[in-house]
Parts: sequence; C-alpha cells; structure tokens
Amino acid sequence: MNLVEEWGITLAVFLPLLGAIVIVLTPKGMESIQKVLALAATGAALLVGLALTFAFEHGEPGMQFEKSLSWIPSIDSNYHVGIDGISLPLLVLSVLVCFLCIIYACWHIPEPGNAKAFLALILLLETGMNGSFIALDLVLFFVFWELVLVPMYFLIGIWGGENRQYASIKFFLYTLFGSVFMLLGFLALYFQSDPHTFDMLLLQESGVLDIPAGLASLIFGGLALGFAVKVPMWPFHTWLPDAHTQAPTIGSVLLAAVLLKMGTYGFMRIAIPILPGPAMQFAPVIAVLAAIAIVYGALCCLAQTNLKRMIAFSSVGHMGFVMLGISTMTPEGFNAAVFGMVAHGVVTGMLFFLAGSIKERYHTYEMPELAGMGLKIPKMAGLLAFCAIASLGLPGLAGFWGEVMALLASYQPLEGLDPTIFRGAMVVGAIGTVLTAGYFLWMLQRVNMGKISEKWKKVKLADVETLEYAAWLPLLALILVLGLYPRLIMDTTTSSVTALTETITGRSSGDDAHVAQVTDH
Amino acid sequence: MVTTLATAAEHGAEVAASTGAPLEMAWLIPIIPMVSAAVIWGVGKRFPKKGAEIGILAMLAVLAGALVVFFDTIGHIAADEGWHGYERAVTWMNFGPGTTLELGFKVDGLAAVLLVVVGVVATMVHLYASSYMHDEVRVTHFFASLSLFTASMLNLVLANNTIQMLVGWEGMGVCSYLLIGHWWEKHENSSAAIKAFLTTRVGDVGFMLGIFVLFWGAQSFNVGVISEMATAGDIAKGTLTVGAILLFCGAIGKSAQFPLHTWLPDAMAGPTPVSALIHAATMVVAGVYLVARMFPVFAAAAPVALEEVAIIGSITMLIAALLALVQDDLKKVLAYSTISQLGYMIAGLGVHAYTASVFHIWTHAWFKALLFLGAGSVIHAVHSNKMSDMGGLYKKMPVTSITYIIGGLALAGFPPFAGFWSKDELVLGAYTQAMEGSGAAMFTFIAMLVTAFLTALYVARMLALTFFGKPKYDEKHVHPHESPKLMIVPLMILAALAVAGGWVGLPGEMNQFGKWVHLPGSEHEPFNMMIAVVSTGAALAGFGIGWAIFRLGKVKVDLQKTALAPVYKLLVNKYYLDDIYWKFIVRPVRDRLSAAAYWINMKVLDGAVNAAGIVAVKTGDFMYRDVDQGLIDGGVNNLAGLMGLAGSKLKFWQTGNMQRYAAAMFLGVAVLVGAFVFFRI
Repeated sequence: MNLVEEWGITLAVFLPLLGAIVIVLTPKGMESIQKVLALAATGAALLVGLALTFAFEHGEPGMQFEKSLSWIPSIDSNYHVGIDGISLPLLVLSVLVCFLCIIYACWHIPEPGNAKAFLALILLLETGMNGSFIALDLVLFFVFWELVLVPMYFLIGIWGGENRQYASIKFFLYTLFGSVFMLLGFLALYFQSDPHTFDMLLLQESGVLDIPAGLASLIFGGLALGFAVKVPMWPFHTWLPDAHTQAPTIGSVLLAAVLLKMGTYGFMRIAIPILPGPAMQFAPVIAVLAAIAIVYGALCCLAQTNLKRMIAFSSVGHMGFVMLGISTMTPEGFNAAVFGMVAHGVVTGMLFFLAGSIKERYHTYEMPELAGMGLKIPKMAGLLAFCAIASLGLPGLAGFWGEVMALLASYQPLEGLDPTIFRGAMVVGAIGTVLTAGYFLWMLQRVNMGKISEKWKKVKLADVETLEYAAWLPLLALILVLGLYPRLIMDTTTSSVTALTETITGRSSGDDAHVAQVTDH
Repeated sequence: MVTTLATAAEHGAEVAASTGAPLEMAWLIPIIPMVSAAVIWGVGKRFPKKGAEIGILAMLAVLAGALVVFFDTIGHIAADEGWHGYERAVTWMNFGPGTTLELGFKVDGLAAVLLVVVGVVATMVHLYASSYMHDEVRVTHFFASLSLFTASMLNLVLANNTIQMLVGWEGMGVCSYLLIGHWWEKHENSSAAIKAFLTTRVGDVGFMLGIFVLFWGAQSFNVGVISEMATAGDIAKGTLTVGAILLFCGAIGKSAQFPLHTWLPDAMAGPTPVSALIHAATMVVAGVYLVARMFPVFAAAAPVALEEVAIIGSITMLIAALLALVQDDLKKVLAYSTISQLGYMIAGLGVHAYTASVFHIWTHAWFKALLFLGAGSVIHAVHSNKMSDMGGLYKKMPVTSITYIIGGLALAGFPPFAGFWSKDELVLGAYTQAMEGSGAAMFTFIAMLVTAFLTALYVARMLALTFFGKPKYDEKHVHPHESPKLMIVPLMILAALAVAGGWVGLPGEMNQFGKWVHLPGSEHEPFNMMIAVVSTGAALAGFGIGWAIFRLGKVKVDLQKTALAPVYKLLVNKYYLDDIYWKFIVRPVRDRLSAAAYWINMKVLDGAVNAAGIVAVKTGDFMYRDVDQGLIDGGVNNLAGLMGLAGSKLKFWQTGNMQRYAAAMFLGVAVLVGAFVFFRI
C-alpha cells in the first residue's frame, strides 16, 4: 500500500507514457503485441486508479497522496501533485475510459490503420489527461494541459472523418487560443504573489496573493476564458461539434468523457479557489451562459440529422448543467458538477461508442438511413435507447443526479449572489430538460423505430460483438450503479466541495482585504 | 392537523421497535418487480412463455405482500386510532453538508390502500396479458417493461421523500413510453409514445421545481417533515403556495388534467392491457396520489392552491366527458372517461374531500381496469377498435358483456355499484364546501352533477353501440367468440370488485375506508340523502336519454344537422388543442426555432471563429514573410521541425499550414506578453 500512497498517482500518469514509449520501440506491423502492450499499460493505470480509490480516505476534505519534488528551481516550480475528493473521481474516470478505449481499439482500428501510432497516441493522451487531474503546480498543470492537445490533434487529423483537417486544426488552435490567456493568468498570479509561486495550494492561502480588484477580475477572466473554451461554454463551443464529429470513435469518446472535464475541473481547482472574489463577480454571468447553453444545445440537437453530431451538441447542454452547478458556488452545486462530469463522461462516452459501432455497420451517421435499426440489430438499438434515456436525465440512471442537483442548487446560490438570476437560470434549465427529452426521443424514433429502408432490407448486419460488450459493459453498469447508488461519488466529493465553498466564503469575507473589496463592488 | 405524517418521520425508530415484521419488510414490495424486470430482460426469452410467467409470479408475490401489509396496517389503525404510519429510511446520499437525501418507505393507510389497488390490478393485467399478448412481437420486452412499470408505481406509493417519488414518477413515464410505443413499426404509435412522455414531462418540470421550492423552504425532502412544517406554519405561505402550484403542475401532466390531457387518448396506441394498467388504474392516478400525499402543503397554502386544484379538476371532468360522447373508438371513450374521472378525484381534493378522492381512486381502479380489459376482449373478437364495427355482441360473448355492463354501471355511478359510493361522497364534499361559501367549490359541485349526467349518457351510448342492436361487423369474415379463460377470469374478479369494492366505504358506522384513509380537518358529514338522490337522478336521466337515443332509437338526433353542429365540430376536433400545440409549440420549436439556433451557430458564432482564423492566417503570412524573421524564426522553426519530424514518421503530416498558424499564435502571445509587461497591469 505504501507504493500506492507514495507513488500511486505518479504511476497512474506515467505508466501510459511508458507504454507509449515501449510501443513506439516495437517494430511496425506487430499489431497484436502492440495491442497487448497498450492493454497492459492502460490496465496497469486502471489498477493503480482502483488501488488509489481504496487507499483514499473518503470524507477527508484535503489533498491526499501529496508529493512535491523540486522541478524548475529558478521559478520555484515543483512537481507538486496530489488528489482530493474532486480530482479522484475524474482520475478514475480517465483511467477507466482509456482502458475501455484500448479494448475497443482491439476490436477495431479506424482507417487508415497503423495500430502502433494510434495506440501510442492514446497512451500519450492519457498521460496528459491524468496529469491534469493531479497537478498542483500551475506550470505542471499547463504542461499536461497542452500535452493533451498534440495527440488529440493527430487522432482527429489522421484517423478522422472527411473533414478532419479543418476540425483538427480548429480544435488545436481554438484550445490554444484559450490557453494563451490561461497562461497569461498563471504568469500574472506568479508575479503578483508574495513570495512568487506557481503552487495552487499556496496561492489559495490568504495573504499570498495581494492584487487590486480590477486586476484580479482580469486574471480570472483570462483563466476563465481558457477553461471555458475547453468545457466548452457557450459561445466558445463551436470547435466541439466539428472535433467530435470528425474524430475517430475513440477520439470522440475520450473528448467527451475526459477532455471536456479538464475545463470544468480547472474552474474548481484553480480559478475559483485562487480568485474567489472575482469568481463571485463572474458567477451570475456563468450561470446565464450555462442556462443559454442548455437550451441552445438542445435546440441545435433538434436541428441535426447526423447522429454523431447530435450527440456532440448534446454535450454543450450537459456541460451547461455542470457549469450551472459550479456557478452557484455551493457544496450542492459543486457536487452536482462533479457528479455531472462523471455521469456525462460515462453516458456520452457510451453514446459515442455506439455511434461509432453503428457507423461501422451502416457506413453513415445519417438518421433517416438508419431507420428500423431495432429490427435489424435489436441489441445495439436497445443499448442506444438505454443510453439515450440515461442521457436525458431519467431518475435512477446516472444522468439524473447531476442535472437535478444543479437545478436544486441554483434555487439557493451562495450568500452574496443574487438568487433572482440563478432562479431564472433554474427555470430555463428545467425547460431545457423537456427539450433534451424531445431530441433524444425523436432520435430514437428516427433511428431505432419504423421500417427498415430498402437499402438495408437484404443486407445482414452483425449485432453487438463480444469485444464491444467487453468495452461497454463497465460503462453500462456504471450508468445503472451511479443512478441507484449516487453515494459512490458523493461520499468522496462532499467534504472536498464543502471545503471549496468554505475557501470562497472565508477568503471573500474578510481574511483578504483586497479580495473582499471585489465582492463589495 | 398533520402531525400525523410528521410524527412518523420523527419517531421512525420508535415505531420500528413497536411494530411487527410485515411493515418492516414493506420495502421488498417494489424490489420484487424490479428484480423480475431485470430477470425478464436478461433471460426471459428462454422461458416457454417468454418471460410472462416470471412477471406473473412477481405480481402474485407483490399482491400477497400488499395484502399482508394492508391487513397489518388496518390492524394497527383498528388498534390505535392515532396510529400514523410506519416509516424507515437509510441515507441515500449527502449532497452537501447537512443536506441529506433518504431512501426510505412509509406505510400508512393511504399507501396501504394504493398498494392493494396496484397489486390487484397489476396481477389481473399480467394474467390477462399473458393470453392477450401471446402471439405478439417482443413479448419478453413487454413483460419486462410491465414489471418495471409496476415497480416504479410501488416505489412512488411507498416513497417517504419527494425525490424518491420523482424517481418512481419518471420511471413510470419511461415505461409507459416503452409500452405505448410497443408496436413502433408504425410511426403513429411511436409518435403517441413520444407525445405521452413529453407532455407529462412538461408537467414534471413543475413537479421538480416544486420539490426544490419546498426543499429550500423545509430544508428537507421528507414528506412527513415538509407536511408538519407546512401545517405548523414554519414555511412562508408564499413559498408554500408556489410550491403547491408547481407540484400540481406535475399532477396535471401525469393525471392528464386540462390543458395537458391530450396525451392520454393517443396513448391508446399501446396494447390494451397496458391501457388498463397504466392509463386507467395506476400511473394516471399518480398525480392524484401526489396531491393527496402532499395534501398538508396544499391545505396550508389554501385557498389559492386548493381553488386552483378544484377548478382545473372541474374543467377537466366536464370537457373530457363531453369528448367521450363523440368518440367512435371504444378505447377512446374509456380514455376520455378516465380523464373525466381523474378530474373528479382532483377536484375532490380541491374541495377538501380527501377521503372521498382516495376512495374514488380505489373504486375507479376496479371498474376502469375491468372496462379496459373488457374492451380488449371485444377488440380481440371483432378485430377493430371502432364501435361502428361492433354491436350485438351480447349473445356472442356473454361473460365479457355482462362484466362490461357491470363496469359501465359502476362508472355511471348507480347504486349499489362501487362507483356510486365514492362519487356520492365527492359530490357531498363539494356541496359541503360550497355551502361554506366557496365559489370554487360551488363550481365543482355543479360540474360534478353535470358530469354525472354526461357520464351516464356516454356509458349508455357505449353499451348500446357495442353489445346491443344489430351486428355492424362484417359477418362473413369476423366471427366473434368468447375470449379464453385467462382473459375472462380477471374480468370476473374485477367485476366482483366493481360491484362490491365500494362497500368498504358505506356511509355510517360501517364505513371502514374512512378509517383507513383520513386526514383530520378534511372531514364532512358521511351521507346526505338529498345529494344522493340528486346525483343518482342526474345519472339516471343521462342513462335514460342515452339509452333512448342509441338503443331504442326513440329520439333521432343528428348533431351535425342541428344548431349544435359547431359544438359537435369543436368536440370532434378535441377543442383544437392538439392542433394548437402542434402548430404553435411543437412545430415552431422542433423545426423553426431549432433551425434558427443552428443557423446562428453556423453563421454567426462559428462564422466569427472562422473569420478570426482567416485573419490570423493572413496576418501570420504577412508577418512571417515580411516582419523581422529573427525574432520568430528560431522558435517557429524549432517547433515546426519537431512536429514535422513526428509528422513525417506518421506520413500524414500536412506541411505548411501549421507553421503559419503557429507563427500567428506565437505572435499573439508575444503581443500580449508585451502588453502585460508594458502596462504593468
């Protein structure tokens, strides 16, 4: 257990990288060996993730398994890592989904093949994602954050759909654009802190940051922009439908399940606790944008005929619920956010898997051509219905808790925030749930139901295959388990999100004179 | 007055110690059908009856459990008038410091009565369906959904908190979606399923927001705690009123009240056993149950909240009864009659006739399930839903006919059939309130009498057109015959209940039902001969006129040729509500608003992004070629070289573009950093 506590989170990050390096060293064409290596690396990371979950003191609010090694002494940047109740669920989600993606890759490597590069890039991606969830140093965080871009860029640009060039460059540059402002924010935090530091925990301590209110807001705006692009928050979301639709199945799954969460996580880990005053200022804006995202995302979904693009747009709405939860600044809202992130990862990840597998069979995402799938491949259709119903937030399945708690929390945001705006957002968001149900059910009607089109009447299609089941069963089970037993996440997160709210109320109510001024404005 | 509910919540542990085993195990009742649903979905196909037998077994277990709990409960009530129920819960989760959500159950008279209703009807429907659905597609799926549906309803009935109620509530929603759309090869069936789900979900938005409002008012989801605080005046009246009205929105959707009733007739697209279970006896009474369960909140928010309830219920009962008059589809007559009867129950709650409303749930369940299953038997025989294809079936299907007529008479509210007793109590309740000066109650009282007349009228029409007169079906090809035993036996059992089911609520000393389900403060005199005579008179008049027109042909009426022609047209078009919703809500949102949002997405938001990209590339080009290369070149070349290396290995690298993008990007960074340093912000 000592190994896990000392080096567990580091292993979870670098085992995949090690796997990537080993795979790159194997000769080309040894596909099965490369697959086994990838399985081993991600499997090992998953086991570490599970071991961490067991070693973790659930209910403790603070950082655990913390480790700090000197890294770049000249700017006092350290390899400072650790996890708390907010990061653990996301880390576990990441290691799990990556492992399942590799299983899926064993079933099928998309055109134009080249298993070696494909697998190595996924492993590299995993390192970046896992790293983002454990980093407690801004420079370290930034490195992992940017590291994610490169493999995803190649995954979309090489293995993507017809319009992959455009989508991949758009994804890369848009995110880079956001992260420039984020980096500037980091630098500003460094120069404004006394002593100069990149340490996230240190920056949260009162007295370390001594900033005039205007500058604090500016810095928060920079950080928020960087994170908002990643989430993506409306109106910074337009890279997402293209990236999702063009990415290979596994790319879409990872994008939806893990990558987007880096943005929301950034809000909760960095922007809000370090700059609580400006966060309180910006919260109503975030709530309004979130409410817009929920309805707007649903409306755009209604306009789609392409199954995958519809699922992509559904993420805009779902992440809207997550951001709405965050904007309330309450433990309930933050809990809703973390739960919503995991649930969205599991459910939407699963939906992208299904979309991919449907495409493998029908060679199209166009809903009219898929009509009557329930007659053709009933098991696949059943799974699609199950996941769609989970995604529209049916109580008893995973999607429900995040949505309902976010709306519940918006009724009563943290003291100091104007409840009127948040209650307005609550009503709009609640109406959004009807629209969400609308587009999912309409999709099911067009895809699953009806009669088989002439084109497919005589063609035989394989229903769900064994390896597909292997990749999906854990997610399907989680959809049900999280829905029925939400404590699985709540018991871990509640204490940490409560501490987060305490940080906000503590810091913005007097400890720090300057920040306090900000809320007074 | 409602310390009743709250005490149970507070002293759950104490009650636990003093209560026998049956109540402690009540939580198993919803679990059984939940497990059976999972088993049927999993392995049901391998069974000879494709899973139907598993469902039936589960239902028998549910019924047995429900009866045990029921008798134990009434035993407790008999032993101690002040017994307020039994409640137990575990923590479902803490979603904030001190905000706990429980997973629990609560058995009291109200819940016990509902358990019996659900248990009996579900069992009958399962038995019946195992024969009715015998040759249909996806039988396994059908029975699994049916089981899950029952589990959801039972969960709703037993839930001790509002969120758990919502779980059961929506679970039923999705099961009814699956079941209405069972024959989804036909577009109209799947559309009906979607309509049902979405229309009820509109109401659910209100339900959900109501839960939130009450939660923040009471700091609890627990029904008992909320009720106690509401009664004690610990929640602001404004909060209570808003909360109650929002909750009632949920009831409007689920219990098909005006103006959200339009989904229920379409839901007849599902197999008939589904109509019997879901759209008559259980799911649609969920809304009524919700109002009854949360009644202390409504009572504390009186008069506004209760008057709203009474008025909506009254409007609903009238407009639906009128619609039932002009239907040709036998199932749609029953569907509108269900809406109308639900209006009775809702309006009853609105006029404080608490016990009577729940009593009407009880009696209505028996005769409406009977009528639907009977209709299924008829439809099976003539292969048509239309009454214009029926007639003269009395001789061909005696058991179906007799039981159906019993059901019809119970619905029309003739003594001594079940429907009479509950209807009479409801009318009396409205009358009592009206005499106290409530305008809304007076409206309700009149609406109830008029509806009693209309109900008997359409019942007479329905019975006459279906079972009497000359056969209208094609006698060459259709040979109606009595249905198999598995279908007839449930009819006979339900018929017995439709006759005698109301006798537990006979007025006076013998009234048991009033002891099982009552709420201090919502009592009225048990019986009033004048009211009984008037309401029965209204029913007799309606039936007589109906019989004279449709059976005896004494009065020839062709509505289309009289002054009532516009009214007839209005009714045939269902008050144009469907058209209005379709033209002014569904189509604009689904086709136009969505297209507009997507246009904004592509042209405005994404257009701006693309424009920015183009500008950046152009600027980058310009800078790269013309501006001081030394500054940028080193960095760019290094990066480009690195990426180029990776790219050439992968052989798909598109050279060129990236350099320019990166140049632009780095330039941007440089400018910003410069600004940052320069302005010392």
